Amino acid sequence: MVKKTKSLSLNFGPQHPAAHGVLRLILELDGELVQKADPHIGLLHRGTEKLIEQKTYTQALPYFDRLDYVAPMNQEHAFALAAEKLLNVEVPIRAKYIRVIFCEIGRILSHILNVTTQALDVGALTPSLWGFEERETLMTFYERASGSRLHANYFRTGGVHKDIPMKLVEDIEKFCKSFPKIIDDLEGLLTDNRIFKQRNVEIGIVSKQEALDHSFSGVMLRGSGIPWDLRRSQPYEIYKDLDFKIPVGKNGDCYDRYLCRIEEMRESVKIILQCIERLPKGPVISIDNKISPPNRDDIKQSMEALIHHFKLFTEGYRVPKGDVYTAVEAPKGEFGVYLISDGSNKPYRCKIRAPGFSHLQAMDYLIRGHMLADVPAVLGSLDIVFGEVDR
Amino acid sequence: MILNLQKIEKLINSELSSKIKNSSIENEELLIEIDTSDLIDVVQFLKSNESCNFKQLIDIAGVDYPDNEKRFELVYLFLSHEHNLRIKVLTKFQINQTINSLTKVFPSANWMEREVFDMYGIKFKNHPDLRRILTDYGFKGHPLRKDFPLTGFNEVRYSEKEKKVIYEPVKLEQNYRNFDFESPWEGTNYIKEIKNAEKDGKKN
Repeated sequence: MVKKTKSLSLNFGPQHPAAHGVLRLILELDGELVQKADPHIGLLHRGTEKLIEQKTYTQALPYFDRLDYVAPMNQEHAFALAAEKLLNVEVPIRAKYIRVIFCEIGRILSHILNVTTQALDVGALTPSLWGFEERETLMTFYERASGSRLHANYFRTGGVHKDIPMKLVEDIEKFCKSFPKIIDDLEGLLTDNRIFKQRNVEIGIVSKQEALDHSFSGVMLRGSGIPWDLRRSQPYEIYKDLDFKIPVGKNGDCYDRYLCRIEEMRESVKIILQCIERLPKGPVISIDNKISPPNRDDIKQSMEALIHHFKLFTEGYRVPKGDVYTAVEAPKGEFGVYLISDGSNKPYRCKIRAPGFSHLQAMDYLIRGHMLADVPAVLGSLDIVFGEVDR
Repeated sequence: MILNLQKIEKLINSELSSKIKNSSIENEELLIEIDTSDLIDVVQFLKSNESCNFKQLIDIAGVDYPDNEKRFELVYLFLSHEHNLRIKVLTKFQINQTINSLTKVFPSANWMEREVFDMYGIKFKNHPDLRRILTDYGFKGHPLRKDFPLTGFNEVRYSEKEKKVIYEPVKLEQNYRNFDFESPWEGTNYIKEIKNAEKDGKKN
């Protein structure tokens, strides 16, 4: 007698703790084997690109915090760079250092969240408790620089909003001295952990070719052995003067990606320490008052400053006609902004290239033939945040 | 970097001379304009040619110019890891035209094209699965077109009466206001229009 088998379709999410937000995944199962995965996204779609078209350049910036909300400043960076490239503004050197410090803090923020929640998805609770304590410290740094823990709105076209106090720099340095110990502790819990390895080694393998075909970037690319990091290959700001290594994986599985993230955190700490050591004095935002607001004190005294202030906060600045694509190495991969300006004070079109979008697209290819229990492990290692996938 | 771009530009122009309508380097970025029907050939060339090797499709961006005869533009962004170069491929077309899908050449084009379809209503030929991707189930319209209102048409709320989520036409306490800050010294847009009309009247 021939046994009849029927495939089962399973609705994973949109309210599932391992879905990392609002992912709805329609799985077709044969027993416990996944035959097909169809991710339904867009449940967090807020029309960011449409909204940006209606806002001036200054007003558009905060929308970038709300994309990948675990590393907000890295996103702002891409947009600020795009506008600066069109406007051809020079960013003061101190602002560049501050930007790099906070981008690396963002990278650590994002990697802690990802590494620990990936561990949580495969059954380890403790790392997330330890990791989140550190994230809290980092977010207070964000708060002390920008005024808010998450949605910083700190970068500006031509620099950063405010200078950072000396005490904050000291505290960041102190954190950087103590943080490697925490990474060691996290590694002690996970790296040689039998269960963690069983769940991650040789799961969700991506070959070099497949990584290129599926438009992977960041850790997803490096985990598969392609040494590519925009900070090194297309350096922006001051990255070319800094000394840091780029960890590259070998096997392209979930475990290698985990190891890459851990090593990247160590490198980020090194970068921050170098920046603090060299942090120069000077202005933190372009002195061109057509783009950056004048000093508060000047407004009381100078008519010109008052006019600049008024024009900047009503009309904003006009950006020359043209189109430009700038990309930064965000914690999750290549985050890009394709900006078209028609010469007015609002972007004509702002296409946001989110790394998570292409990573999640490959879910079907990654999970085919794996067990149902591997779904959270693979999803965890993709490092998905729905703010940026859905936009 | 710019030197390399110029080299690539020369190479592409000589190899694909008949297919390239226009090429330029602005803001240190290379942009080539091609005909919609040549898309697959050009992309194949860019991907396979030794000195190009644009092996990764970064993104597809749709742009809407309602006043142009060829209303839509698609910009394909490519990256070559080997040569550390980027290229933008631009194609313009009319509202009813269908575009060849790139999914055969780049599997990652799948969702990107779905997004363009969702946002602009541009149809792709030979796409394996052209569904909406970011908008709601059963959504109507294409939100990133310039003639789609920012506030949309429908809003959603939970109805206590019907015990389910219902859709209603958007009701705003105050309409969305688009301030015209463009020219406080020359007068606002409607004044400029009157002035222009007067000028034109004099000419005639």
